[in-house]
Amino acid sequence: MCTVCGCGEDDKHNHEHPHDHDHHHDHEHHDHSHAHSHDHDYSKGEAGVHVAGLSQARLISIEQDILAKNNQYADANRRYFAERGILALNLVSSPGAGKTTLLTKTIEALNGTFPISVIEGDQQTANDAERIRATGVKAVQINTGKGCHLDGHMVGHAIGDLRPEEKSLLFIENVGNLVCPAAFDLGEAHKVVILSVTEGEDKPLKYPDMFHAADLMILNKTDLLPYLDFDLKSCIAYARRVNPGIKILQLSATSGEGMKQWLAWIRAARELSLIGME
Amino acid sequence: MHEMSLCEGIIEIAEEQASIQNYSRVKSIRLEIGKLSCAEPEAMSFAFDAVSKGTIADGARLDIDRVPGSGWCAECQKEIEIGQRYDACPLCEHYPLEIRAGDAMRIKDMEVE
Repeated sequence: MCTVCGCGEDDKHNHEHPHDHDHHHDHEHHDHSHAHSHDHDYSKGEAGVHVAGLSQARLISIEQDILAKNNQYADANRRYFAERGILALNLVSSPGAGKTTLLTKTIEALNGTFPISVIEGDQQTANDAERIRATGVKAVQINTGKGCHLDGHMVGHAIGDLRPEEKSLLFIENVGNLVCPAAFDLGEAHKVVILSVTEGEDKPLKYPDMFHAADLMILNKTDLLPYLDFDLKSCIAYARRVNPGIKILQLSATSGEGMKQWLAWIRAARELSLIGME
Repeated sequence: MHEMSLCEGIIEIAEEQASIQNYSRVKSIRLEIGKLSCAEPEAMSFAFDAVSKGTIADGARLDIDRVPGSGWCAECQKEIEIGQRYDACPLCEHYPLEIRAGDAMRIKDMEVE
């Protein structure tokens, strides 16, 4: 069990290293402010007039977002990143869209310009984290088991293990799934949705929540376009229909097409996250 | 099935509120689920039964109010009911509409004792 937050959810995490050292889990998410407006004074109010043993069914107003708990964890992660000038990107896609290949190519292309670390989310196996580590950067694997997405709490734990460096770039590769990860804020600066051209061009309409939540869409595997029936124009129009502000990049991690623009986007986003840092 | 996680979030809030608002059992929970949100009411009810077992909300009734989606059409200067996030205005076919309601998922209130 985690001694800091007492959440007892170690079984959700694959820490992949012996627990024989001090963990500095920076679990700031336990001193967060609560979104609700009622009084937190335990000694007064309704508690004072409650008669023990007497059934007092009553209606209490809650008025909270169902995602309030997740959002509190995400806010704590966001604060952690902001204080350290870390750019965190949440990569989302269907399974097989090429997230891990794009990541390894990106890490190679950035070639140590600044520190990079990776949180890998998958239901099972540590294969992807191993692929990332082979590039020489720090990576931690989260196995969600039955879970279909990463949440703010899991990422908070992973940050504690990974301890990303100041002014670094943190990629969070979410579980391959275009539905569930849309709703769960992890504290990232941007969601980047990767859509491979081997999928249908109407994915933005079929999974509008995800394309609405993303700031950047990468149309991946464009080297395969000559062999496919993929309607590029319609795909871009559908994405803009769901999210008029979305930026769109065409890219092939294999041929290298579009990599330059993708790296430029990362550098620009990183510059923004460094504002205010010394 | 993210409804499972959403229900875990509901239970966490119910348990957190128990010490603040001084109760030991939740009899019912009323949710407001927008039609444009990512949660399916049937899946929520199913997940809630599974997730609430052995918690403060064990056996609690889940009531779900659906909130219709509504969007603002900048052309017509009108708020219009919509079924999907990307729907065009049925009057002038303009899109996108600015979502005004129906994308939220909230816990409204709880009956407790």
